[in-house]
Amino acid sequence: MALTTASRPALPVPAPAPPPARGRRKKNYASRRSEGLAGYVFLSPWLIGLMAITAFPMLLSLYLSFTNYDVLSSWEFVEWVGFDNYKKIFTLDPTFWQSVRVTLTFGLIAIPLKLAASLGVALLLNKERRGVGLFRGMFYLPSLLGGSVALALVWVAMFNREGAFNAGLSLFGIEGNNWINDPDWALSTLMVLTIWQFGAPMVIFLAGLKQVPTELYEAAQVDGASKTRQFFHITLPMLSPVIFFNLLLETINGFQGFTSAFVISNGTGGPLGSTKLYTLHIYDKAFTDFQMGYASALAWIFLAAIGLITIVFFSTGKFWVHYSDGEN
Amino acid sequence: MARVRGWVRVLALLGVLAIVLYPLIWVLGSSLKSPTEVSSNLSIWPQELTWSNYSDGWSYIPGVSFGRFFMNSIVISLATVVANAISCLVTAYAFARLRFWGRKGYFALMIATLLLPGHVLIVPQYVLFSEFGWIDTPLPLILPKLLATEAFFIFLMVQFMRGIPRELDDAAKIDGCDPYRTFWHVILPLSRPALITTAIFSFIWTWNDFFTQLVYLPSVPSYTVPVALRLFIDSSGQTSIGPMLAMSVLSLLPVFLFFLGFQRFLVQGINTSGLKG
Repeated sequence: MALTTASRPALPVPAPAPPPARGRRKKNYASRRSEGLAGYVFLSPWLIGLMAITAFPMLLSLYLSFTNYDVLSSWEFVEWVGFDNYKKIFTLDPTFWQSVRVTLTFGLIAIPLKLAASLGVALLLNKERRGVGLFRGMFYLPSLLGGSVALALVWVAMFNREGAFNAGLSLFGIEGNNWINDPDWALSTLMVLTIWQFGAPMVIFLAGLKQVPTELYEAAQVDGASKTRQFFHITLPMLSPVIFFNLLLETINGFQGFTSAFVISNGTGGPLGSTKLYTLHIYDKAFTDFQMGYASALAWIFLAAIGLITIVFFSTGKFWVHYSDGEN
Repeated sequence: MARVRGWVRVLALLGVLAIVLYPLIWVLGSSLKSPTEVSSNLSIWPQELTWSNYSDGWSYIPGVSFGRFFMNSIVISLATVVANAISCLVTAYAFARLRFWGRKGYFALMIATLLLPGHVLIVPQYVLFSEFGWIDTPLPLILPKLLATEAFFIFLMVQFMRGIPRELDDAAKIDGCDPYRTFWHVILPLSRPALITTAIFSFIWTWNDFFTQLVYLPSVPSYTVPVALRLFIDSSGQTSIGPMLAMSVLSLLPVFLFFLGFQRFLVQGINTSGLKG
């Protein structure tokens, strides 16, 4: 998402055109109809995609979630099982609860820390004049690379018993650990990998900070407000829409994390289920056990949860997000 | 006082930067270390430069070399770039410029699909594509992109097109252009920056993508680089760490190069004002 901001400077500033003559241009019926037709012509790939690749699969998934479908046997053996899958998930599937616990722990710790890091560095960088572009670029680099399998492998190499992290700890006389294979620590190494990618929200924060009018700080300075007060009474409220945007985005992205956890745990979500993110559970049920119906039910619970979180965000947002146009 | 504060800030930034860049520099250095040195070493510089990790890693998987995996990744990524650029541009033009029945509703639907997690769609899409017999081919990874399924790029381009002055469209209309010719002669040439951004991010995201490639490409010869890289984890013997890091470096290289190129493009964009030809 950082690319909206990242790309913004690249947009050419259009030359101001002479103002159009007052009075709307006349449009005859035929040209409006041909424009409407053209609209559907240009929209048609997306419309077909919406129906074939999104809407139909969603309905199919909803249907499958009430069946015992596995992709291996033929359609004739598909049986309608009612709410059995959902019942089983909530009552007979300890891995489901484990994955919910892991996902929530991950989200509640890693996302706030990542946002705090990105805001902190953005604040440091906002005051700096020299080399801002260079710093910004280099801080952003992990966001481009971090979600890849390669970086997950790097993390394995750095955090295993003989890894560089333990070598660093031994310099301070601290006994290392096999972080990746310790159920108490494996998730933490994943969180570090996530927080390490703070560059994308940082770029968005930087763009937001540029929008805060300097007159506000000047006025506060005249009134004798300290830097801390200025931060809490000017910077944070003015930045709240950007904080909201980043929080929503990082939460939705964070819950969908898959690659790093899958690679670091070699597909198991281990050790002892400690990195079993919800997405790994869906993958396991669908593509290891081939219980497609069951996995569809898991996916719909996931969708409902994300929908619920989005609604909660938007409804609580109005209490703390400040819009400067006075519409709040 | 202000001077001191400035220095503290620069030092803090440099400290954070060192932490952020350390893993990247470490993996580059470690990929050149000898097998005995590669583990348990904090240093970024290898004691003696060895290239054997690269040759060992390249042919680590019996029967299929990494050349094949890179070829697969390149084909899929480039095809995705082209498919995304064309389909999203066309869709964005409809949303940004044309008036037709139901536009607002469709636009809201498009935004809603932005928030739709891919993990919800993967099971039914897999069922669908396996009915077509597309499993273990690149088709499920490429063809859907022709149908503008990447809502994010549509949104990006709509935002961009809204910045193109409407007067240019009107002038084209007065000159006798219908919506198709306006698209071809006005919007397409002016959308180049948005197209470049879309292309770069399409490439990087597809190159890094693991989940869908893991699902749709089950046999070794059709593996892409990320799926193949994962095989290094299976044998957790220390000897394979060097080759693993070497192939990781190679897989990160294209993204890094794109990053360098994109940075230049950014600066150029800031310096360019007015319409780019």
